[in-house]
Amino acid sequence: MLNTNLTHVLSEQEHAKLLQENENVMICCGRMGPMCIPVYEVMEELEGEYTKVKFVDMEFDTADAKVIRNLPQVRGFQGIPFVIYYKNGKVVKATSSIQNREQVTAILDEKFGK
Amino acid sequence: MENHFDLIVVGAGAAGLTAGIYLSRAKVSTLILNEGAVGGQMVLTHEIANYPGVESISGYQLARNMKTQAQKFGCVIKSNIKITNLDLEGGTKSVEVNNKEVYTAHAIILATGGKSRTLGVPGEDKFKGKGISYCATCDGDFFQDKEIIVVGGGNSALEEAVSLTKYASKVTIIHQFDNFQALEHYVEEAKNNSKINFIMESKIIEFAGDESLKKVRIQNQATQEITEMIVDGVFIFIGYVPNTEKIGGKVALNNYGEIIVDKNMATNIAGIYAAGDSIAKRYRQVTTAVADGTIAALSASEYINNIKKELHLVSTN
Ligand SMILES: Cc1cc2nc3c(=O)[nH]c(=O)nc-3n(C[C@H](O)[C@H](O)[C@H](O)COP(=O)(O)OP(=O)(O)OC[C@H]3O[C@@H](n4cnc5c(N)ncnc54)[C@H](O)[C@@H]3O)c2cc1C
Repeated sequence: MLNTNLTHVLSEQEHAKLLQENENVMICCGRMGPMCIPVYEVMEELEGEYTKVKFVDMEFDTADAKVIRNLPQVRGFQGIPFVIYYKNGKVVKATSSIQNREQVTAILDEKFGK
Repeated sequence: MENHFDLIVVGAGAAGLTAGIYLSRAKVSTLILNEGAVGGQMVLTHEIANYPGVESISGYQLARNMKTQAQKFGCVIKSNIKITNLDLEGGTKSVEVNNKEVYTAHAIILATGGKSRTLGVPGEDKFKGKGISYCATCDGDFFQDKEIIVVGGGNSALEEAVSLTKYASKVTIIHQFDNFQALEHYVEEAKNNSKINFIMESKIIEFAGDESLKKVRIQNQATQEITEMIVDGVFIFIGYVPNTEKIGGKVALNNYGEIIVDKNMATNIAGIYAAGDSIAKRYRQVTTAVADGTIAALSASEYINNIKKELHLVSTN
């Protein structure tokens, strides 16, 4: 399990349930490394500000993380974390490698509204 | 005054967090403003095995411990902000951040550290995470049986090139000079590895591809000849630069852009101190950053006490 203060998605079933129950979801699929930790930290901060968005993480090296690793939108990605933004269960944006707060909020504002 | 503190620390790496711990514990009200994630370069380090008293710890955990310790003493930490204006002159210093909030203080400690140097050539941003990486331990396994390039000629470049041969079928080291800056044993280890070959006196001038990186254009520095190379990935390790671009022109810097300080970590401006990797010094480690942070905090604390005494004298006269 990732050592963050975010909600952890631990299985394929939890992932499906999450998408069913939440309109706007940002999921960061990564490890506890230098490219991923800054993204988790940004998400932890934004949780209080973007109340319409569900912020979660998922461990990259688990079998069930194939729900992220096998998405067509991550083809060509070669840097963790893989970050996926879902609206009504559909992928609306996917990014690879480290992103800063400004980059993340620009996507959240564009895809989910301010 | 909600936005007034005795002292503002700019940067929450090892140096800034240490200053925060010392100052808050001494009841000096302290705000730390940090661009990016708390912990700075410590977060980039998977394992720290040379921090005295702690046999082995992840950089992330050490950073978290320092952050919690500072907050327990009352230190306020704001991360992921951007400083838009710094006014370092006069008795009251001010810092404006990107949400237009302005913070003031009697003194400031600059602890902005350093960051990885990037090549700054076309395609580098586009293919970050799609073939270009700055972290071998993070992304090495995406390149199992693939052909990759490592850019750089220092210790990190050569050490990481060797470690990447665990995954890659071939590693080409591209270095801009005709000799390496790394320690001899790193060079020997790379030279003795059959998967590693070298392109010297050359620079990557462009990255190209479609969904992911496919090829690079390389220019020989001696002949200016340009060649193309098909490649699956490029890892860049070309050293660190001090984060002082926003401070330049305000405090005195040396030719390398490092902040010049005296033995008390004081800069050329009264009430402005600096600590950690952003100052002019030879050895950059967590222990040295922590030591600088301590000295800066103690010096600044004394400065603030004197200022407060003066202010008190003025108000009672
Ligand atoms: C890969 C790697 C491995 C390492 N391994 C070790 C090791 O094993 N042992 C060891 O002792 N040392 C190690 N080091 C060195 C050590 O991490 C650093 O020397 C030390 O962490 C520097 O601390 P600092 O506080 O000076 O700066 P930093 O850690 O760079 O922190 C500076 C902080 O300031 C912030 N900042 C920058 N500009 C601004 C601005 N304008 N406004 C606000 N905030 C700003 C940054 O975002 C950052 O959070 C390693 C370094 C790296 C990169």
